[in-house]
Amino acid sequence: MDILIVLEDSNGKIHRMGLESIVGAQKMAEELGLSIGALVMGANVDLLAEEASGLNVGEVLKVENELLSTYSADGYAETVKQVIEQENPTYVIFGHTYQVRDYAPKVSAKLMKPFIVDNVSVTTNGGNSVFTKLMFNGKLFSDVTPTGDGPYLISFQSAAFSSEKADVGSAPVRDCTVNLDVSMIRTESEEPFQEEAGGIDLTSADIIVSVGRGIGKEGNIPLAKELAQALGGELASSRPVVDAGWLPAAHQIGSSGQSVSPKMYLALGISGAIQHVVGMKGSKNIVAINKDPEAPIFEIADYGVVGDVLEIIPKLTEGIQ
Amino acid sequence: MGFYTMKIAVLVKQVPGTESPLPIQSNQNWVDEGAVAYVMNESDNYALEEALQIREANDEGEVVAVSLGPDRSQKVIREALAKGADRGIHIQLDTAGMIDPLVTASYFADTFKDENFDLIFTGLQSDDLGMGQTGIILGELLGMSTASMAMATEVGGGKIKVKRELEAGWFQWVSLSLPASVSIQSGLNVPRYPSLKGIMGAKKKEIKVVTPSVANQSQSVEKVYVPQSDKQTVMIEGSVEQIVGKLVETFRNEIKVL
Repeated sequence: MDILIVLEDSNGKIHRMGLESIVGAQKMAEELGLSIGALVMGANVDLLAEEASGLNVGEVLKVENELLSTYSADGYAETVKQVIEQENPTYVIFGHTYQVRDYAPKVSAKLMKPFIVDNVSVTTNGGNSVFTKLMFNGKLFSDVTPTGDGPYLISFQSAAFSSEKADVGSAPVRDCTVNLDVSMIRTESEEPFQEEAGGIDLTSADIIVSVGRGIGKEGNIPLAKELAQALGGELASSRPVVDAGWLPAAHQIGSSGQSVSPKMYLALGISGAIQHVVGMKGSKNIVAINKDPEAPIFEIADYGVVGDVLEIIPKLTEGIQ
Repeated sequence: MGFYTMKIAVLVKQVPGTESPLPIQSNQNWVDEGAVAYVMNESDNYALEEALQIREANDEGEVVAVSLGPDRSQKVIREALAKGADRGIHIQLDTAGMIDPLVTASYFADTFKDENFDLIFTGLQSDDLGMGQTGIILGELLGMSTASMAMATEVGGGKIKVKRELEAGWFQWVSLSLPASVSIQSGLNVPRYPSLKGIMGAKKKEIKVVTPSVANQSQSVEKVYVPQSDKQTVMIEGSVEQIVGKLVETFRNEIKVL
């Protein structure tokens, strides 16, 4: 195959960013006339393989190995490296997940092949792919091309593509074998945990009500919480709110927090600094309320209100109820 | 916990400050670096602090601040020395437009061949390129174990335990055999300011200058440009009551979340 998509397990399902990367790979395959395949790996990945085989991914490669029962950077990097050597793809596509950031650079180093990361789009120019990524903290775009021979490792940023657009299909599943030895894995992982009881997965929320510095003080946070409850949504925030200690870090959206693409993102008193915007710009509908008409959040908002969030929030909660 | 003599390298990078202008060169290949106001990369500052705290907790050891870049990069090495790093290494190279982490990590790997570091700390990613790979590739090239996005570290018994940040508010403790290369997330400690004594003392500390030969990149920049927004924003206006009414209507009929 020409394009190998590496899929990630997220609680027994394909990670959302993996589905998004399939859309990117399908676009590349169509434009460049290339074939694709998708890799699933773990100790038991029947469910994942089955889900992948329902998509238009050419074929599904299944690697099952006891040493992959828990994630390790060493085990995953070695597996992907060996599959690449066996299948010899030109492009290897990942979602830019935290796990991928942890092990894919090792694959790049093992093969001495480039890893072009965190791309927001891909275009074709003269039969070659050009990858566009944000640089300088999101202030500039940069068009990047690989040089030399492939394989080229590529990751796409969260919400670069809409996961709903992944073409369905019926891809055959093929078993692949890799040689792993326990001595290769130099790390021991403990069970994942959440910092606080009732931690939240903002990435799967349909509605997010997010507060920024403009909320004024900690005492105003409950106003936003009530609005989120009235809408049946989750409460989130920008970084300054977390740094000030008004909300726990689990609520943070942005480059150092979670990346989300809900049906509606309601930004309350958020200026729209790029570190925040990279985490929410993929939202289907962005509604921004801010007293500053020049706030950059309005550049990406679908609906904007110039006004005082503290006046509007309680009345809006009332209006919805 | 016993005492260990740890030799720690911290990679510090000079990057444009958040308020710095970023004019694009007329050939669109890169920014005009002469007009940029540089600072130490944010997460590198936390990486440095973590290294200094480990050395202080273990009574002895060495923290070496290393930077790759043109002459101006020595400023961030001096800053690290003023905060308490023991010595510096400057890999001197014009890095304008050089984006390939494989090449960058190779320069560090060559320089570190005979250093035998127990630990390499890097910031999670640089605020200019945002590749987030150099420390992990470097670890791999030197045969070290690696981990990314550390929110806490514990050193002891020939290992480093790292609290890794996962997605969506999850964490995981991972134990790595030494030597190890670990990338550090912002916010895991409170970086110190240099003292006057530290600033004076830094002038006497050694900065070794290394000049590598230029290597071929495996990825390169074709063009840099300012993002263009083509989004049409519907502005909702009126009295607070009117705004609220229109918002509820928009939620119900346009966005369909009510």
